[in-house]
Amino acid sequence: MSSDEPETQPRQTIHDSTAPSTDTRDSRIGEGVDDRFNSKLREAFGASPFILTKFDEFMNWVRGNSMFMLQFGIACCSIEMIHTYAIKHDVDRYGAGVPRASPRQADVMIVPGTIVSKFGPRMKRVYDQMPEPKFVVGMGSCTISGGPFQEGYNVVKGAEEIIPIDIHVPGCPPRPEALIYGILKLQERIQNGESSPVVVKPYELEQFGDLPEDELVQKLASEIDEDDLVMRYNWADSP
Amino acid sequence: MSTGIEQTPADGETLTEDELEALIGDRAIARDDHMNAPGFVVNPDEVQSVLSDLKERAGYDHLSCVTAQEYEDRYESIYHLKKYADASDEVSVVVPTASHDPVSESAEQVFRTADWHEREAYDLVGIEYADHPDLRRILLPETWQGHPLSKGYDQEKPQVVTLSEHANPLEGDHRESGGESDTMFLNIGPHHPATHGVLHVETVLDGETVVDVEPDIGYLHRCEEQMCQQGTYRHQIMPYPDRWDYVSSGLLNEWAYARAIEDLADIEVPEYAQVIRTMGAELCRIASHMLALGTFALDVYGEFTAIFQYTFRDREVVQDILEDLTGQRMMFNYFRVGGVAWDLPEPREEFFEKTRDFLDELPAKVAEYNDMVTSNEIFQTRCIDTGVLEPEVAKDYGCTGPVARGSGVDYDLRRDDPYGYYENLDWDVVTRDGCDNYARVLTRMEEVEESAKIIQQCLDLLEDWPEDDREVQANVPRTLKPDADAETYRAVEAAKGELGIYIRSDGTDKPGRFKIRSPCFSNLQALGEMAEGEYIPDLVASLGSLDIVLGEVDR
Repeated sequence: MSSDEPETQPRQTIHDSTAPSTDTRDSRIGEGVDDRFNSKLREAFGASPFILTKFDEFMNWVRGNSMFMLQFGIACCSIEMIHTYAIKHDVDRYGAGVPRASPRQADVMIVPGTIVSKFGPRMKRVYDQMPEPKFVVGMGSCTISGGPFQEGYNVVKGAEEIIPIDIHVPGCPPRPEALIYGILKLQERIQNGESSPVVVKPYELEQFGDLPEDELVQKLASEIDEDDLVMRYNWADSP
Repeated sequence: MSTGIEQTPADGETLTEDELEALIGDRAIARDDHMNAPGFVVNPDEVQSVLSDLKERAGYDHLSCVTAQEYEDRYESIYHLKKYADASDEVSVVVPTASHDPVSESAEQVFRTADWHEREAYDLVGIEYADHPDLRRILLPETWQGHPLSKGYDQEKPQVVTLSEHANPLEGDHRESGGESDTMFLNIGPHHPATHGVLHVETVLDGETVVDVEPDIGYLHRCEEQMCQQGTYRHQIMPYPDRWDYVSSGLLNEWAYARAIEDLADIEVPEYAQVIRTMGAELCRIASHMLALGTFALDVYGEFTAIFQYTFRDREVVQDILEDLTGQRMMFNYFRVGGVAWDLPEPREEFFEKTRDFLDELPAKVAEYNDMVTSNEIFQTRCIDTGVLEPEVAKDYGCTGPVARGSGVDYDLRRDDPYGYYENLDWDVVTRDGCDNYARVLTRMEEVEESAKIIQQCLDLLEDWPEDDREVQANVPRTLKPDADAETYRAVEAAKGELGIYIRSDGTDKPGRFKIRSPCFSNLQALGEMAEGEYIPDLVASLGSLDIVLGEVDR
């Protein structure tokens, strides 16, 4: 097929150089199909730019390539997370670089740091406020297991005790490259339509009145209202 | 560790130990000297009178730390006092209380800073302070059971933590009064972009004016003191300091621990290692101040694109250099007891060249920041004369670091209580007397330039250092067991101010008590003084100019 003849049939692959084969000016003054957006991709589609796919797959593809991260700094890892967003590493290249300050506008939460007892209920609340579908990247050892602080009296042994986590990025803290790898893996999973199952976690927010009555609950009964949301930490059962 | 060179006392009288003894007189029931300072044991009901005498008549105007601990037979609070005029002049006031009735007089009336310090002592150890204005838990949730650093605490026991609405501490919330009053309760945080981490600021507004501010901390209380008490001196403690002030100030924090333990175990650090330490620490200070500037610009005029990214670009360079030196970007774990882990990376010339390149470019970058940030009219309108912190108030709250120096308090431990190689180098302490947000930012910017000066001199020294004399570590026994009941409090000038460590040895290879004096903890306490009566955006600016890092506030 000669190059001045516009293609009408879809092609299976993009071959030769990745530069457009006709430049815009030529196509405007030329004849036939107007391929002014003449990219290789367009060429691959041929004259009729349609692809057949399932709507689900399309949505997953869209979701994976446009992730709105939650601006959520907790501890040391958040500094490396900022570096991932900032110059040099620039995670925006992967369509994931606009941190949103409100959980209502975000669909990916990176949990960058140690979760302690006082923060657990707040993190659960922030997670609950995010609209579905939502995804979580656990960044660093502390969100995996409590990390170097695991033996602390106040430290939750991993964020997964409270919220479901899709991708764990190990490290203390992980380098920005590692976080980017984690984000790419998450994109891959989202595009495949996978997400972690939402199951009941060991630590849930519940009303104080619903807790089984034991010594501790009786002791606190005068301080806490029955309708107040509480999180009960059973440290002895933690891994 | 102290180099033994005494700072000339500033004007005002300096009492000798005998005169101090005479001043306290019968109120001292015994002596309990610490390695850093003479210690006087006083009765729990005479704390206020002793401390106010020491403050008013002997010039000890800086309550740097309150350490609480439990012994087999008693509780003990230690007030570590210093002078802003001469930081090497220290005294400790030791207050024992009975195990069955741990009540001690509060020092809050004498030093405002004692408020939070005593709340922490109550929270973690369980000592109660009579006359304390507001003795509540500070780091742990209100509903916590038991005091985790006291003896016999069982950390396996379940705990219940609430997620309930906070009450307006002032009367007449607009919701209750049906619109008659204007005060409104506003939660800022714990998840909020302007709080630099997980800080919760309980704010009450009257219109747009802040009438009451109460920082609620503890959302990142990672039991750092417990972790250090479980680790052995030689190797297991050093990784933790990196994680206190995690804004790349790792080496500065490590130095705090290194200085305390080297003092306690009497270890002499080779001079060559001290020069490397000094250089590394100042690189960390630059990285830390860069972040402070970037996030402050972000707070003040939502500058996510330019200044923020510029400062992070420069931080990347510093982190790169530090990675070459230590092997890690943030959690360096590079200092060792008695020196540093290893010598400069080979080839040395490359390392010197890279660092010099950074220093050569720095003046132009600082000029750029001054063009874009500090000469910006909007920035100036937001910062000049807002968040005013008078020097006397700053001293009362135990503020240190750029926060104090921006209020004209000339206090820098690198000069006043020399350690490392600082006293042999040529540099200046930056102070400004604007007392406002603007002064604090400028102080940090100028400190970056001073740090660059220090690094330059260290590089010159290291380059010319004779090859056969490059000793990076002293000979330290594999298992370090300082003498039982040796106690010391040692501080260094970290990026945020005086970072001190109190260690009590119990004769084993792990500390009996390990207490961290965090500069941010004291600095943050002054937020109310700076923000009350101002507009709400000024509160955010003041918070940013304090440059707190929650890992260090909550520990």
